[in-house]
Amino acid sequence: MFEIFGIPSQALFGQLLIGLINGSFYALLSLGLAVIFGMLNIINFAHGAQYMMGAFAAFFLLNYAGLNYWFALVLVPFMVGAFGVVIERLFLQRLYKLDHLYGLLLTFGLALIIEGVFRNNFGSSGLPYRVPPTLQGGQNLGFMFLPNYRAWVIVASLLVCISTWYVIERTRLGANLRAATENPTLVRAFGINVPRMITLTYGFGVALAAFAGVMAAPIYNVSPQMGSHLIIVVFAVVVIGGMGSILGAIVTGFGLGVIEGLTKVFFPEASNTVIFIIMAIVLLIRPAGLFGRRA
Amino acid sequence: MTTAATPVTAPAAQTSSRSVVAAFVVMVVLLLIAPVFIYPLFLMKALCFALFACAFNLLLGYVGLLSFGHALYFGWASYVSAYAAKAWGFNPEFAILAGALTATVLGLIAGSLAIRRQGIYFAMITLALAQMMYFFAVQAPFTGGEDGIQAVPRGYLFGFINLNDPVNMYGLVLAIFLAGFLMIYRIIHSPFGEVLKAIRENETRAISLGYKTERYKLVAFVLSAGFAGLAGGTKAIVFQLASLTDVDWPMSGEVVLMALVGGLGTVFGPVVGAVVVVAMQNYLAQAGQWVLVIQGVIFVACVLLFRRGIVGELANRLRIKL
Amino acid sequence: MKRLVSLAILSAALACGTAHAQMTDGVIKIGVMNDMSGTYADLAGPGSVVAAQMAVEDFGAAAKGLKVEIVGADHQNKPDVGSNVVRQWIDVDKVDVIVDVPTSSVALAVNEIVRQKNKVFLISGAAASNLTGDKCAPTTVHWTYDTWALANGTGNAIVKTGGKNWFFLTADYAFGHALERDTAAVVEKNGGKVLGRVRHPFPATDFSSFLLQAQSSKAQIIGLANAGADTTTAIKQAAEFGIVRGGQNLAALLIFLTDIKALGLETAQGLVFTEAWYWDMNDANRDFAKKFSERSKGLYPSMVQAGVYSAVTHYLKAVHELKSDADGGAVVAKMKSMPTDDKLFGKGTIREDGRKIHPMYLFEVKKPSESKGPWDLYKVRATIPAEEAFRPMKDGGCSLVKG
Repeated sequence: MFEIFGIPSQALFGQLLIGLINGSFYALLSLGLAVIFGMLNIINFAHGAQYMMGAFAAFFLLNYAGLNYWFALVLVPFMVGAFGVVIERLFLQRLYKLDHLYGLLLTFGLALIIEGVFRNNFGSSGLPYRVPPTLQGGQNLGFMFLPNYRAWVIVASLLVCISTWYVIERTRLGANLRAATENPTLVRAFGINVPRMITLTYGFGVALAAFAGVMAAPIYNVSPQMGSHLIIVVFAVVVIGGMGSILGAIVTGFGLGVIEGLTKVFFPEASNTVIFIIMAIVLLIRPAGLFGRRA
Repeated sequence: MTTAATPVTAPAAQTSSRSVVAAFVVMVVLLLIAPVFIYPLFLMKALCFALFACAFNLLLGYVGLLSFGHALYFGWASYVSAYAAKAWGFNPEFAILAGALTATVLGLIAGSLAIRRQGIYFAMITLALAQMMYFFAVQAPFTGGEDGIQAVPRGYLFGFINLNDPVNMYGLVLAIFLAGFLMIYRIIHSPFGEVLKAIRENETRAISLGYKTERYKLVAFVLSAGFAGLAGGTKAIVFQLASLTDVDWPMSGEVVLMALVGGLGTVFGPVVGAVVVVAMQNYLAQAGQWVLVIQGVIFVACVLLFRRGIVGELANRLRIKL
Repeated sequence: MKRLVSLAILSAALACGTAHAQMTDGVIKIGVMNDMSGTYADLAGPGSVVAAQMAVEDFGAAAKGLKVEIVGADHQNKPDVGSNVVRQWIDVDKVDVIVDVPTSSVALAVNEIVRQKNKVFLISGAAASNLTGDKCAPTTVHWTYDTWALANGTGNAIVKTGGKNWFFLTADYAFGHALERDTAAVVEKNGGKVLGRVRHPFPATDFSSFLLQAQSSKAQIIGLANAGADTTTAIKQAAEFGIVRGGQNLAALLIFLTDIKALGLETAQGLVFTEAWYWDMNDANRDFAKKFSERSKGLYPSMVQAGVYSAVTHYLKAVHELKSDADGGAVVAKMKSMPTDDKLFGKGTIREDGRKIHPMYLFEVKKPSESKGPWDLYKVRATIPAEEAFRPMKDGGCSLVKG
């Protein structure tokens, strides 16, 4: 056993792993933001609120419908995604001709409404949600005790991130999507229903947030403000990575999770701010972001 | 920001300046007699926020830059003013100036980072930087963390005017507000302001005309931060308190709401918006968290149906400039 | 212009001149201010208003010829909201006494305003021990508990039962630092040792990294110097990472009945902490809890709500004897001179520095198998006698204490 900067290497491995777990959430959320931004050119401020809705939906399914975690993991993204589709049809659609900032303002308003309604109905102290029985307990890895559920979080979010990347970058559907972003009129001329594609893309991005919410329910507090705490950090992640590429969003998410994890060991006082500081440095050196193309 | 935000109705220059002067006189008269009918502390709060919203509007309404982190300047100025008055025993006027100065410096730092990106990125960067400074405020010993800086003395203006007297306090707040308001008006209508508007309408063209737009944007950002700081410092002295609420992100959202409700890119819009929002918070205080929901609904309604805001709509109907 | 200015002066005079309400107008107005919808809504919230109403009814105010009105407000845990409400209550609505006010930041702000305006402030929900220390006021009584009492009760008891080595998980802001400092002092005074500490950001969602550090410190006791959602999340995640199964114990330094209820016995069992009151300790308490829960959607009273009942009762007694509620300082002086006695907190006193003195109790959360009902959560581990429960007056630095 050796030490790095006075911290035993064993403890360090543990912290790296934990950073990766938190990075999973950053990756899932910034991926959703990037997908939505790519297609709609809107920054979805309600993303955090939709993530929170995912966690609450899992709670409701368990307590009122008797449907366990695994059902929630499949059903909730569809439910919250459908909610996203409704929002896009009712509100966002009217804004595409205006400045993009209006999209930000509108989704900010929606975030306030959603968070406020949940806070009024469920208080803010949070609701309990158990780790599913099949994933309880953990493995002793020698350098740390890794709860099974946390291992599952890494695996599941990697799977979802990679399949999303694959669909968008490597399939025909993805090719259409990317083409529609570049030149909607032309794609429409090929007989593709672009508005519907936009609607579904927004729904998909929201579903990703909801998926992250279900994943978070058993380990974090299911509370109305769980999303707003996270979303601003995720914005910084997105600025660092640049929203130009799907892969960039994923890599930055995991990477920053690890960096934040290490900060918690070496300088815990800065663990809340480290991502913002990195953002400032990246802006100085590479204003377009690590993976961004200069607009 | 596209033209959608600011309907340019192109009225004759003379009528426009006359309507603005008339509206200004009405506003001053209203503010002078208002304490007869309305709880003075409420008025002072509204005035502080009105100045804050005017400062914000300078940036969004006239340069087209959406800063989602203006709580940073408002809140940190209120901390510095409160600390200067309490721990260093500054006179109120110097305490407020110290706050405004701090905000200006912070604006210079944050602004020079943020203007490296445009549009939505700019908004996200300002928000992230503000959140970073929020966390500093939570941890830093001198801010008192969650407790904030309390029991800040109002003290004596210039050493002899007792600000514990509500009349004197109101007079000072009114004077600061009017001074800030007139200065912002002057900036908007100076040649400098014309360049800002040109950047708002079409930055590329402004660049091709030979303007170093980055520099103009930065100066506007710093000015806006400074005025926001002036408002924050004043608020700290009035309420004898500087707290985390003033640096937290909902405060940044609130000031956007004020400008939006009143009318972006109008001179009086932010003032009206601030009064509406503060009144709403005050009279809905019993509704507790529903205030958040109502604010959200207003946001959505403004963006979808009411993009000109109250004053913008009014000006449009009357075909005048306000 | 001159006329306008004089109008303004007149108006301001009108607004301020009427601030001196006399009880001779016939009404004692009690303002219960707390968190009505946030984190502390269940442990204080509307329940504290119910407790105040029950105190007024049990006192028989109407029969004694006192007209009492109760108003409630939500401070949303923000000092600026709270101080606004209180200023308006006193200036415009003629409220005579402010009660409860959880969240120390808000309580400290209210403390200053009430001192300035010479009204009465009865604190039940807030924890900061400097409310009777360097921030003490002649118009304030701190009723139920404070950080010193919690640190003292929990720290003492755990060290004495063999928990010598501590590691602190501290929320990185003034309140967390104070809680850690007070507890560490008690631990070291009793021969224990502090092996280390880690400061976590406030608020935090993920404690796993900090819990790992606590785990590798090999300390017997992990002290949680935080509050609210931070504490419950830390406890939950500690269970996930097998901290307690690994032989380490958690000590929550500030936790309430409703937190334990939300965590569930499965997760919280074995947790040791200090409180001032529990509903299942005697018949009077049980009777109160039953009536209380009927009026507040089945929730059982927390120590904060019981404290509100007790404080309002004593306030009414003092005002009834004085026959005036106009001078806040005089009312509090009267309250200090009379011994306290009510059915929930029994006999007690109020010290010169505003500290209400009564015994504190060390509780342990029951195992699920021991619990007989949804609210059957605690068992008493020890009683801390009144004279040892609170910080000695000379250590507080309160300016009201002579000598």
